[in-house]
Amino acid sequence: MRTRSLLLTGAHRLAILAYVVFALFPLFWLLKVSVTPNDLLYSEGVRMWPSRMTFEHFNFVIAHSAFPTFFKNSLIVAGATAVVVTILASLSGYALSRFSFRAKYWIVALMLITQMFPLVMLVAPIFKMLSPLGLTNSLTGLVIVYSAFNVPFATFLMQSFFDGIPKDLEEAAMIDGATQFVAFRQIILPLTLPGIAATLGFVFTAAWSELLFALMLISGNDAATFPVGLLTFVSKFSVDFGQMMAAGVLALIPACLFFLLIQRYLVQGLTAGAVKG
Amino acid sequence: MASIDIESVRKSYGSFPVLHGVDLEIKDGEFIVLVGPSGCGKSTLLRMIAGLEEVTGGEIRISGNRVNDLAPKDRDIAMVFQSYALYPHMSVADNMSYSLRLRKTAKEKIASAVGSAAKKLGLDPLLERRPKALSGGQRQRVAMGRAIVRQPKAFLFDEPLSNLDARLREQMRAEIKKLHADLKATSIYVTHDQIEAMTLADRIVAMHGGIVQQVGTPLELYDTPANLFVAGFIGSPGMNFLEGRYVVGGGAGAAGEGAGIRLSDGTVVPVAPRAGLAPDAAATLGIRPEHVVIAENGMLEAGVDLVEPTGFGIILHLSLHGLPFKIFTLDRDALSAGPTVRVDFPQKHLHVFDEAGNRAD
Repeated sequence: MRTRSLLLTGAHRLAILAYVVFALFPLFWLLKVSVTPNDLLYSEGVRMWPSRMTFEHFNFVIAHSAFPTFFKNSLIVAGATAVVVTILASLSGYALSRFSFRAKYWIVALMLITQMFPLVMLVAPIFKMLSPLGLTNSLTGLVIVYSAFNVPFATFLMQSFFDGIPKDLEEAAMIDGATQFVAFRQIILPLTLPGIAATLGFVFTAAWSELLFALMLISGNDAATFPVGLLTFVSKFSVDFGQMMAAGVLALIPACLFFLLIQRYLVQGLTAGAVKG
Repeated sequence: MASIDIESVRKSYGSFPVLHGVDLEIKDGEFIVLVGPSGCGKSTLLRMIAGLEEVTGGEIRISGNRVNDLAPKDRDIAMVFQSYALYPHMSVADNMSYSLRLRKTAKEKIASAVGSAAKKLGLDPLLERRPKALSGGQRQRVAMGRAIVRQPKAFLFDEPLSNLDARLREQMRAEIKKLHADLKATSIYVTHDQIEAMTLADRIVAMHGGIVQQVGTPLELYDTPANLFVAGFIGSPGMNFLEGRYVVGGGAGAAGEGAGIRLSDGTVVPVAPRAGLAPDAAATLGIRPEHVVIAENGMLEAGVDLVEPTGFGIILHLSLHGLPFKIFTLDRDALSAGPTVRVDFPQKHLHVFDEAGNRAD
């Protein structure tokens, strides 16, 4: 019996390990290529780690390419989108969760419909709309477009978090002397921090890695975001894999930092103890 | 503290009515219990007084002032929720002081109010804890503490004890009663537990189907229930009902010159004459299980289905004319009851209800 359960535990762990290796292998490859010197890239065959390591790609990317500009642009666009979307989604998610109003059904249906068709269809009309407004080739234009696309999903996400908070808490606050807005700000919002963190993280990563609209709406390096920037490492005759991968590794850093920052809010169970459980 | 007046208050959700015109005058300092089965509208009425539900029709006045359109925060009432509804991100002390902080009360005043409430409820050692680190009973106390730190015009309780185990419930029930004796606060308490209703109330409001069935002291409801619903709801085990016809004088048979209820098998149970009943009218006879007497030469014979010893007494489940019938007795001899027993109904404990289910006197 004991050996059987030990075996099962072992098999369980092994299965998890296999999955983790499978999922993280591309990341490992990214890192590996980024530290492989150019002369070894094609000459060593398939190896798990190059015989000689170098940071020259990183040096080049940081010092001699436009990558710092791309990086800064991406940070601005993704950060602003995440903040704008989270604020809007918190308010609309709260409304959908707590109030009943006449057009609720149609609003929800419309938001779902926006999630249904492929974005490619919208590239041309959006370009046509933004162009006369002077919002092409501008970070503001990107923030607006990304926000518009992310608000519906983020609203549903926030709504589900609000649904998880018992209505009694607001009612208790209102009887204690709070207005509905004060109750929202002082009681409900602090309890929704995990939801806000999740939404921030989700929208940030979505905006951080968006390529299609960035490519269509931005021309030139000044307003390019990093996914667009990565393409500058592809030239007509060759692809500079080492530098591209080094840029990729650098681009992972903010996403990692961001998740490190919010991970403590992602831990669920903050509402435990509110009501009988 | 304040009086609360409820005048023909109605509530509907869409076109679905849940309260059909409730009238109630609650005196300053009175402890009122709203009791009834789930869905009878008692919680809705409480939430309307609190301002959490809109009033469809009628008027609610607190201290004589119409509050129909006032927000909950402007009504100056406190409420204890069934789920306790403690703020999980605040310590016990912060939970209790939240209402005072919202009112910008001075710090020293808050500290002394929280201190004295905590002392009253034995929460002193728990003040720094978060709700999730508390047991069910402790959370319940914090919810009470949150209500008593400020002196509101009235306390509203929405089934505050129904999440506790039986022992704790008994203990908190006694504490609530002591607290009320101490604070003399106008209180409205919603419960479906008739023991809580009987023990706590100055007056009970029995509700059913959105209509107030009877308002009175606990003993009034027990001794003279206004209708079949109240008779069946108050008391445990519930009252026994037997269908029959009201007979007077010559038609009474065994009743001789007096009045009686003739049961389906022809037995006539003598009752005091009821002016409200016409001869031969359909009537329901009611008697509480604790008032039925087992007697060797009793008037009726009943089969014994089940014997339930409760320790304190014994509940006998009988079938009388094929209908379930219960007896509660303290006599341990009942444990060894045979397949049938003979029972008698003492006249002074009999209740008679007319065809519409209302009490006939």
